[in-house]
Amino acid sequence: MTYLANMSRNEGDPRILSTGPSSLGSQDRMARGLGWFSLGLGLAELLAPHSITRALGMEGREDLVRAYGAREIAAGVMSLSVDRELGLWSRVAGDGLDVATLMGAMREDNPKRGNAAAALALVLGVTLLDAATAASLRGKTRRSGRPRDYGNRSGYPKGLSASRGAARDLVKPDDMRAAPAVTPPPSRPEPAHPRPM
Amino acid sequence: MKALVWHGKEDIRCDSVTDPEIQDSRDAIVKITSCAICGSDLHLFHNFIPAMMPGDIVGHEMMGEVVEVGRGVNGKLRVGERVVVPFTIFCGECEQCRRGNYSVCETTNRNKAMADKVFGHATAGLFGYTHLTGGYPGGQAQYLRVPYADTTHIKVPDSLSDEQALFLGDILPTGWQAAVQCDIQPTDTVAIWGCGPVGQMAIRSAVLLGARQVVAIDCLPERLSMARAGGAITIDFEEESVVERLNELTGGKGPDKCIDAIGMESHVGLSQPDTIYDRAKQMMMLESDRPHVLREMIYVCRPAGVISIPGVYSGLVDKIPMGVAMNKGLTFRMGQTHVNRWTDDLVRRIEEGQIDPSFVITHTARLEDGPEMYNVFRDKRDSCVKVVLKP
Repeated sequence: MTYLANMSRNEGDPRILSTGPSSLGSQDRMARGLGWFSLGLGLAELLAPHSITRALGMEGREDLVRAYGAREIAAGVMSLSVDRELGLWSRVAGDGLDVATLMGAMREDNPKRGNAAAALALVLGVTLLDAATAASLRGKTRRSGRPRDYGNRSGYPKGLSASRGAARDLVKPDDMRAAPAVTPPPSRPEPAHPRPM
Repeated sequence: MKALVWHGKEDIRCDSVTDPEIQDSRDAIVKITSCAICGSDLHLFHNFIPAMMPGDIVGHEMMGEVVEVGRGVNGKLRVGERVVVPFTIFCGECEQCRRGNYSVCETTNRNKAMADKVFGHATAGLFGYTHLTGGYPGGQAQYLRVPYADTTHIKVPDSLSDEQALFLGDILPTGWQAAVQCDIQPTDTVAIWGCGPVGQMAIRSAVLLGARQVVAIDCLPERLSMARAGGAITIDFEEESVVERLNELTGGKGPDKCIDAIGMESHVGLSQPDTIYDRAKQMMMLESDRPHVLREMIYVCRPAGVISIPGVYSGLVDKIPMGVAMNKGLTFRMGQTHVNRWTDDLVRRIEEGQIDPSFVITHTARLEDGPEMYNVFRDKRDSCVKVVLKP
């Protein structure tokens, strides 16, 4: 990757010698992995529902599998976006639907009961991973503690009252003027300005 | 040297890279003493700005000491001088520069052919930004090559600290231009969406320029408290209707001037349902920007008012009520900031004590901590408003 990045540099521009720690944490990378997994599974469910229902002994439920495929793709896109925490929680909800559906395939007379059991175990494992990753992302991005009060940061060394209109001496450029009034407007009463904190 | 390098979506790393070199006689090399993370850096961080490439050094708010100059600089800049580097690179000679439109300089974009195809006509080269604006290495680094350095600099008087001068390179003139292009009158109500760093500068600029009342809109308590300190009446859009409150404050007429200091990444929430629609479209790559603020400004602005847009938009927006804008006769003014058009005047105002831009700094960290500070700034952790990095 570094080699490719350096190849695309303009001549004379700085090139990477070695890379340092990334802003992407391990939980972010895990979320991306789960997002790509979701996209892959969703595509398989959309494009090959018959193979999936046959393997699980759930023939006749192809439309449901296709719908789950669309759901997986939506969750995958969200998990790959900056809203990945929401994407992962939507995956957890989807995992719940998958578990409920697979439980239906665990009946005694299903000749593919073993496959369904393996799929159920896999979904339960992925559910744990989804939930753990989503929870760790929540901990990482949540605003904690009381918000600070910046009420003493006016930015006016001479104080707010002395600063109102202090730059009216600016010679405004002609290209930034609004249309002038045809007749002078009546002046409005001054509002009660909030007191600086 | 060390530099913050973009490797992909949300992947910024503090890398070791080769030192920059003089490439042209008008170049200078600046040793960076302070740099900052800007709100528009977050658009790059989220990969919403097209044509970034892995290996790009980010950062466009920086200052430092000149350590080398090319022969063509002709004494306009000398080794040892302290300078802020404006984020817009300009030649000072082309027709646009002569008009003061430095951010659309016709000379400095070294990827002009690509920019011509995408924008219709190329705009100026910018530091640490997309390859559509030249792909120049940015200033979140220990050293920076400054092209067209004889014009692209702001000399810093000894009386000003780094913290007072640093924001002359972007957010102060950006907030200032946003207010100036509103042509504020003493009778005006100016509404400002967004109390981030540019919004805070716009609030203070509108107050200094003599607006009757300034109204600031956000949902973060710490930012609203900073806005109130600057003299604004505040609206928390999670708590009350922006449109109703603005109409109440203006006798039902709407604000005369509206400033969008948010841009393409409006806060997504149930209180603004259109943002959920935009976010879904953005995820599916059916829309590049979330223009909630633009829609709200057009709706609430007083007829014949001015809409000023310093917030960054990257591409395509959807469901903009153009019919409302047309029928209300609104004036739109927008663009990247013509930084050096304003900075001589702003340096004087800082020296005279009209404004001290350092009020906005809430976090200072080492350059090596930059990748994590991107996360802190993005997530607004620890009431973060503005991060300054010390290489």
